[in-house]
Amino acid sequence: MSILKKALTTAALASVLLAGAAQAETTRVALVVKALGIGFFEAANKGAEEAAKELGDVEIIYTGPTDTTAEGQIEVINSLIAQKVDAIAVSANDTDALVPTLKKAMERGITVISWDSGVAKDGRLMHLNPSSSALIGNTIIKLAADHLPEGGEVAVLSATTTSTNQNTWIEEMNKVMGNYPGITVVGTVYGDDLADKSYREAQGLMQTYPNLKAIIAPTSVGIVAAAQAVTDAGKIGQINVTGLGLPSEMAGHVKSGASQSFAIWNPIDLGYSATMIAYHLAKGDAKAEPGAAIPMGRMGSVTLDDNTEGAMADPFTYDASNIDQFSSIF
Amino acid sequence: MNALLKSREAILALAILILLAVIASRFPGFVRPGNLANVLTDTAPLIILALGQMAVIVTKCIDLSVAANLALCGMISAMLNGAGVPLPLILLAVIALGAALGAVNGLLVWKLSIPSIVVTLGTMTIYRGIIFLLTDGKWINAHQMSEGFKAFPRAVFLGLPVMTWIALAIVAAFALIVSRTPLGRALFAVGGNPHAAVYAGISVGGTQAAAFVISGALAGLTGYLWVARYAVAYVDIAGGFELDVVAACVIGGVAIAGGAGSVAGAVMGALFLGIVKNALPVIGISPFWQMAISGSAILIAIAFNARGQGPAGRIILTKAEHRA
Repeated sequence: MSILKKALTTAALASVLLAGAAQAETTRVALVVKALGIGFFEAANKGAEEAAKELGDVEIIYTGPTDTTAEGQIEVINSLIAQKVDAIAVSANDTDALVPTLKKAMERGITVISWDSGVAKDGRLMHLNPSSSALIGNTIIKLAADHLPEGGEVAVLSATTTSTNQNTWIEEMNKVMGNYPGITVVGTVYGDDLADKSYREAQGLMQTYPNLKAIIAPTSVGIVAAAQAVTDAGKIGQINVTGLGLPSEMAGHVKSGASQSFAIWNPIDLGYSATMIAYHLAKGDAKAEPGAAIPMGRMGSVTLDDNTEGAMADPFTYDASNIDQFSSIF
Repeated sequence: MNALLKSREAILALAILILLAVIASRFPGFVRPGNLANVLTDTAPLIILALGQMAVIVTKCIDLSVAANLALCGMISAMLNGAGVPLPLILLAVIALGAALGAVNGLLVWKLSIPSIVVTLGTMTIYRGIIFLLTDGKWINAHQMSEGFKAFPRAVFLGLPVMTWIALAIVAAFALIVSRTPLGRALFAVGGNPHAAVYAGISVGGTQAAAFVISGALAGLTGYLWVARYAVAYVDIAGGFELDVVAACVIGGVAIAGGAGSVAGAVMGALFLGIVKNALPVIGISPFWQMAISGSAILIAIAFNARGQGPAGRIILTKAEHRA
């Protein structure tokens, strides 16, 4: 296994070196992902290539280890340093483990940013989050409200009572409830990210609230289970299941109508934005400092907070019109 | 003995009725016949697995790998379906696979005399690991399953879904096996008094292995039912479900020390848990309390059962023992 891995790395390195020698003029941006062969990151690479085409003088080096380990990423990054790439945009397997290697890269004048999964502040110039808790909280209630012009009762089906992510999103959602008059959140239940418990909780919601119009499930297990429960109860059309899920997992439920739409970050946009940011930082036409706004092409610009972190955009909405395109990606 | 068992089941039946009455006082809709049928359907997997587990527990063993076996067979059924294999073949395949996985447990317990709790803790992890190896952690989703595959357990026949009928058929078959076949008697004999069983010409290890095969085959079948019902298959489905299954048996009065238990008890134990699980979401109790409440319900039920336990057998040959 390790021999094979080494051989692969060497082969990849050699081809990259050859390609690099051929066009020394271009800005070379390395997109380092958690592991090769993951649909989500392949899609991010598509976005990066799109950005490269738009910018013209950018070459994308899409690389990563064969399994999701920090050690593998360190090896990859070391080889990128040896190749003297202009920028590294990394989705890290470990917040801290990559820091020394990435510091070394920055000392050699390489622009380092993290995206999707961040590294500690010392190891990068900035971090691009796919979205922010506030944007997600707003999106999940908006998804429900958009299909309820006359208002109505909605309920939340969350993961566990202690899931930090979900609790933060629900809190943020409650903060903006004032913007959606007519929508009342009648209850929050917890499916513990188990398909069977989530299914039962969804059934329970339908029984307890006969006028329920939407179930918001900001968890990928919950949204699928709720959609199945609504389908089995014959309430497609009466109750809309929405929230956060993956297109490949939700495709069937969007087609059946159990879910009108749902959201999750768009990996294509994410790869595109990370490339744009890496390019502008490498060229020196933007600086990564608190409060700075860095342009991201068609995605607008990202404003950095005190931690030099920024949020790309609202989660991307998936519905019947685009589900086929994305369900094959991730 | 028989009278005692009967009364223990009567206590459990009473507890279930009281439970239903309490739930109905807070949410009357719960005891509508239609809803009760839904609860029965929802509890069907638990009933099936509890029966398999009962067979294992009465032989003084325990099978902690049932949920992992279920998940693996469920995943395989979804993969076979994706490959275009017709449903009857899938059903046969998962039952055979489940039985084979159970046989692995059984053989390790029988031939290597490893305690069953250790064996099944190991195989539990292995079976889940195999799913990961097969799928790389990817899900098989609703739209990747054929309509017929998903529809079979839901198809309504004489007012109840097929899944419920399957559970009822297995209950009937079990009642027959336990009371009318040599295997059924052997299961109890082995758990009740292994030495006496040997003298009676019963292979203790062989009987235990047979119990594991039964439990495995039922887990395999339930794997398909589960995946078809929830229309999703991934590594973690039915995570922690083995504990529910053991709890159902214990509530139903199946003695963990082996040798005692009844089909009716195991079924009612499963129903008791199923009712609690289905009622908690609708009676408006804070989710933060739900776990504590279902835990207490189990403890109370077991406390009742412990009180119903008969006195220990009398040693009539103490003198002979001393001399030997």
